[in-house]
Amino acid sequence: MSSALLQVEGLTAGYGAAPVLHDVNLSVQPGEIVAVLGANGAGKTTLLRTLSGLVRTTGGRVVFNGEDLKGTKVEQMVRRGIAHVPEGRGVVTELTVDENLRLGGLWRRDQADAKRALDEVYELFPALAQRRASAGHQLSGGERQMLALGRALVSGPKLLLLDEPSLGLAPKITAQIMALLRDLQKKKGLAVLLVEQNVRSALSIADEGVVLALGRVVTRNKAAALRDDADLRHAYLGF
Amino acid sequence: MNQFVYLTFDGLSRGAVYAAFALALVLIWRAARIVNFAQGAMAVAAVYVAYSVTSATGSYWLGFVAALVAGLALGVIVERVVMRFVDHSSPLNGVVVALGLVLVIQGVLGIVYGSEFHPVETPFSRDAFEIGGIALLSRYDLFVFAAVGAVVASLTLLFTRTPIGLRMRAAAFAPDVSRLLGVSVGGMLTLGWALASAVGSLAGMLVVPTELGLHPTAMDVVFISAFTAAVVGGLDSPIGAVTGGLIVGLLLSYVSGYVEPTVAPMAVLLLLVVVLLGKPGGLFSSSKARVA
Repeated sequence: MSSALLQVEGLTAGYGAAPVLHDVNLSVQPGEIVAVLGANGAGKTTLLRTLSGLVRTTGGRVVFNGEDLKGTKVEQMVRRGIAHVPEGRGVVTELTVDENLRLGGLWRRDQADAKRALDEVYELFPALAQRRASAGHQLSGGERQMLALGRALVSGPKLLLLDEPSLGLAPKITAQIMALLRDLQKKKGLAVLLVEQNVRSALSIADEGVVLALGRVVTRNKAAALRDDADLRHAYLGF
Repeated sequence: MNQFVYLTFDGLSRGAVYAAFALALVLIWRAARIVNFAQGAMAVAAVYVAYSVTSATGSYWLGFVAALVAGLALGVIVERVVMRFVDHSSPLNGVVVALGLVLVIQGVLGIVYGSEFHPVETPFSRDAFEIGGIALLSRYDLFVFAAVGAVVASLTLLFTRTPIGLRMRAAAFAPDVSRLLGVSVGGMLTLGWALASAVGSLAGMLVVPTELGLHPTAMDVVFISAFTAAVVGGLDSPIGAVTGGLIVGLLLSYVSGYVEPTVAPMAVLLLLVVVLLGKPGGLFSSSKARVA
């Protein structure tokens, strides 16, 4: 267990007095895709926001890459190797595609690394390369998701926190994005903590799944086992 | 015709200063969504610093630099000590705090420097060159154009060509996302206030010698013109601020020349009302209507 990239132990967190997450335990190994599943309001988004420091932790601990993240500021997370693509994608619509992508690499000391990462992202998403100078608000939903993902990749993460990448996208584009995540996992060893409503897509690429209900972990298991567990699917996942 | 040409040049040189001042308002609006009603008082404070330095050293330019430095510092202090703690749940809160700040700054200046008018020198002659019998521009007017032009050009370069400018824009548009990407949003906000306050101080340095002189309330009327300029331009747009400044300058000049100097400030207020009623987003704004 000590080799885990991300180790979450007894995490309790929330807004104001009422906690949203209760005693959450999970881990992500290097290069592993873990899907976080559950109904609306289960605490999936809050979990990601807590991990990246946007929501305050009230109990438990988060260890990333051997370091306790307690007290780490949101601005520092990207320097540790955590890239969070928030719900709704977080494309800065007033900035151009190129500016959005460059924003991902600004934290790096060595700007040559940032430039290399930027070029790689343009290779990965030729559609973005063609729209370098377009403003974010001119992009389609799928392009925005690619941009948000691309920007996270420019920041050179070890772990990607991905919130509902399929939201509002056509099934074909969702499938492309899932395939891309699997590619990144294979080629770069990128670990992903994937929050999804679209359980089938998520379990199709995940190694492991964590099911949340009302802010508590009800099940952690291999993705294949979750797919085959009819009772669980009916009870928590709705298919 | 001669009068028209004269008034046009006069209006443009006044307008350039309003443009710089409106730019300061736009900078803070873009960074913090606050209309900084204390901008005028902050600028006067910086001009008083210049006045002290120039009186002590005899050098206008040392005073000029001191005003810009004081402007930067005052921007940092106002943001860190006051504005950071304003509750943003209602847009009026920031306005009320800024108005309170005006009273505090003007009160302190009155205590320190007294409330009489101090004449302020200009670095260049204000005697206009005459071409074909029409007084067009003075050396000082040219200095004003050059200074405002330099500010507009440097701000444009800063925001569009540098990493720090990209950070500032991102932090203003999407604070949470920017923090996730490692941008120090609080730092960018402070920097925005500092820059805006320095630009406001420059405008103060340029305009005070052309008005009655230095006084704690010297910028009050100028502020109204500059605010109108910023609103005409749409508060969000630097190009709009500059254009708005020139429009207000021309309006003041034409009304003073053709109608009556005493009604010129009323014409500015009328323009403000007309723009707010007819096109509340400003002539250059692409965003939705503002709430404050």
